[in-house]
Amino acid sequence: MINLTINGKEYSVEAPAGMPLLWVIREQCELTGTKFGCGIAQCGACTVHVDGKPIRSCITPATSVEGKKITTIEGIAPDENTLHIVQQAWIEEQTPQCGYCQSGQIMSAVALLNENPAPSDEEIEQAMSGNICRCGMYGRIKSAIKRASAALQASTSNPQLR
Amino acid sequence: MKKWTRRAFIGTGILASGALVIGVAIRPGNRSSKVAGLIAEEGETVMNIWLKISPDNTVTVIIPHAEMGQGVHTTLAMMLADELDADWSKVKFMEAPADKEYANYVVAKGFIAGNKTFPKFLEETIDGVFLTAVKTMNFQITGGSASVRFTGQQGMRIAGAAAKAMLLQAAADTWKVPIEELKAKKSTISHPASNQTATYAELAPAAAKVKAPKQPKLKTRDEFTLMGTSPARLDIPAKVSGQAKFGMDMIVPNMKYATIKAAPVFGAKVKSVDTSIPSDSEGVLKVLNLENAVAVIAQGYWQAKSMLDRLAIKFESTENDGKSQEDIFNGYRLAMDKALEEASLSEHYQSGDAHSALSGAETVVEAEYQLPFLAHATMEPMNCTAWVHDGKCEIWCGSQNPLGVMAAVAELLDISLDQVTVHNQLLGGGFGRRSETDVIRQAVAIAKEVDFPVKLIWSREEDTQHDLYREATISRMKAGLDQSGNPVAYSHQFLFKHHPPEAADLPYAVPNQLIQFTSPSSFVPWGNWRSVDHSVHGFLTESFIDELAFAAKKDPLAFRKSLTQDKPRFQKVLDLIQEKSDWDSPLPANWGRGIAIAQSFGSIVAEVAEVEVNVEGKVKVHRVVCVADPGFAIHPDGFTAQMESGIIYGLAAAMTGEITIENGAVAQSNFHDYQVTRMNEAPKIETHIINSGNPPGGAGEPSTPVIAPAVTNAIFNATGVRIRRLPISKTDLRVSIRQTT
Ligand code: FES
Ligand code: FES
Repeated sequence: MINLTINGKEYSVEAPAGMPLLWVIREQCELTGTKFGCGIAQCGACTVHVDGKPIRSCITPATSVEGKKITTIEGIAPDENTLHIVQQAWIEEQTPQCGYCQSGQIMSAVALLNENPAPSDEEIEQAMSGNICRCGMYGRIKSAIKRASAALQASTSNPQLR
Repeated sequence: MKKWTRRAFIGTGILASGALVIGVAIRPGNRSSKVAGLIAEEGETVMNIWLKISPDNTVTVIIPHAEMGQGVHTTLAMMLADELDADWSKVKFMEAPADKEYANYVVAKGFIAGNKTFPKFLEETIDGVFLTAVKTMNFQITGGSASVRFTGQQGMRIAGAAAKAMLLQAAADTWKVPIEELKAKKSTISHPASNQTATYAELAPAAAKVKAPKQPKLKTRDEFTLMGTSPARLDIPAKVSGQAKFGMDMIVPNMKYATIKAAPVFGAKVKSVDTSIPSDSEGVLKVLNLENAVAVIAQGYWQAKSMLDRLAIKFESTENDGKSQEDIFNGYRLAMDKALEEASLSEHYQSGDAHSALSGAETVVEAEYQLPFLAHATMEPMNCTAWVHDGKCEIWCGSQNPLGVMAAVAELLDISLDQVTVHNQLLGGGFGRRSETDVIRQAVAIAKEVDFPVKLIWSREEDTQHDLYREATISRMKAGLDQSGNPVAYSHQFLFKHHPPEAADLPYAVPNQLIQFTSPSSFVPWGNWRSVDHSVHGFLTESFIDELAFAAKKDPLAFRKSLTQDKPRFQKVLDLIQEKSDWDSPLPANWGRGIAIAQSFGSIVAEVAEVEVNVEGKVKVHRVVCVADPGFAIHPDGFTAQMESGIIYGLAAAMTGEITIENGAVAQSNFHDYQVTRMNEAPKIETHIINSGNPPGGAGEPSTPVIAPAVTNAIFNATGVRIRRLPISKTDLRVSIRQTT
């Protein structure tokens, strides 16, 4: 039995030793927003936050994150009716195409802006190059991050990013 | 997005709720009512596009295409809503179910006949022929950049216009006023003179009884209110919240998971595998020998994959076991030589006498090109959920071809089509890969061995090694120039010809041409890869024309202009890209600009790439300017996104994309050795659209064929090195770097 805290909710799941967090999240917890793309930390589709830091859940054993705070794409919005600033920027830039990579992209972007609310182009590229988008929406992802960054700067009253 | 069940739409004229449903007068065995007088008087024309109006005045558009990221749901809904003068804020969509009645007749007609119009008296016959062809082929494919071109133009708009005409007629009848005095706007009809208004919903029941017009009048471009604007895409909100459901995300009660390993060498059979379940394996339910593959069913993907990796599977040997990529290319060269020697090549196109024009030419330019196999590498690995029970089968997958899926399943299980239900989901990338049914057939073969639903998930490794590939090929090109550098002869021998048939055409005015091909055998499976044959010929034609420009000592852009004077659309595109790309401005040392242009799927696209080759020989593409003439961009922002997408997809292939065969099997396995473009390698892309007034062209594919030659032509401009073998990473460019002082 493994006990996990995902998006503030407790889950007790049966999982064999070594089972990556990705499959626990998707199959046992039925949170399918986190995606499988490569299984070897090459594409970023499976990115989630563990204690606020982005990790590749496809190579992270579920047992290693017991007792830590796990956040998935389903858990970044402040509440049911409000989107996260980054999600909002994603809509405004009409960023997703097929959309499959976008949960991972958004999770990487949120983590970047938490660390560095005003990243330069190079810093964005560096932080985001682990996330593949086969639909090639890199330009829009970059613009959306800048838009989110500007929105953050513009309003200090915004709720703290998680 | 809600799905329709079969029962919900068949046989519906007016829904119980009073909704007006256009084109749904479809009942099995009652063909003339299916036609609903929309296109032809009687007989064989089917309208496969639908809309319904609900009592709350919501218009729902039913769309026979899969959403794989091209925004097709939004664009097609816009085309219908515009003709209908619907209130866009109250328009919804749903994807059509996989059913024969939704066979994508207009798509097939577009493919087979292009945008030709037929003499009136032939129309019915032709429509009948197409309808039959489409139904036999189970055609509901999203591909060939066809959605807007065919479904939208010939289906959606007509359906919208017809509904509006019926609503207007109903209002005129009810109010007893002349129809010409009525105004339709935002899902409301008004008669200003008598100060009466009614919503579409209010008029719908009466309108449903009006005979549909045979030739509904379509709007002219200046009357468009939605088409040509870029409303927010309807599919996007769910894609940023994690709620969007792809095939991979299906959860069916009591479902288990499976994964698979097919014989590494295509076509090999399993020789031996121990299908017993070891006592220390966790959650493993079954090990299946499927003859050409081994599958494991387990409680979860991870458990299945761990078991699969433990298995010592032996495969039978085949005649291809020892084959290498080198062998394949050598075989192609031999086949080409032999075909040339025996004069057994098939003709693609011929004009004048290329042979004698070549021998009389002042300068002869000759080159051999080589292109690699390419995998699709969709972001979402292949997967399919299948449940075989009680002589029926249910399928959950993201497919570009749901009707093809249905037919494949029915055939495999030997059950009737009625017993197969396909629940199509969002596609995490299609690019042609998801028009195939191999994965679906595997899932069914697995699921029929158990009595619960099974989700088959391919590992990325399986996805890379068991794709259906863009072919590897070689090509021989030769051209002659006269004294003033004008091309007088063009000869091109290529391998393999799939579609579209015109892909190898030369767009340039060269008087004597000979274009031929031959098709050697290949054991590597072939599949549609974004832009299909254009992905090959765009590179060949646009590289070679650049070689000719150089030999003629002419500017590559001016050279292309001088040879397309009979093509006004090309002229305009070239003029605009010259301006927008700052073509004539100087660049730093070891930087270069390259241009390429091609027409594909009804759109003309030119791209100028600006590249830098650094001292380590590394190529950086800084900027790509793209000018496209798609006739008319229905949703300009969506079109622009498609251009960006096609450019990055083609760029990944051009820079590093290469599948090679070693010991008869694919050597690459995942994104570390089949590398794709990442954000730090992505150029800045600037897209400019020309609305030339021609019929709308495709968006999803036409930007892909020209990016490789634009980049290699730019590398030539920067370094003087002509890249004739893709990917670019195969060429060591270090030696070429000019010393900067
Ligand atoms: S699935 Fe984890 S990085 Fe690709
Ligand atoms: S949006 Fe399709 S992979 Fe990124």
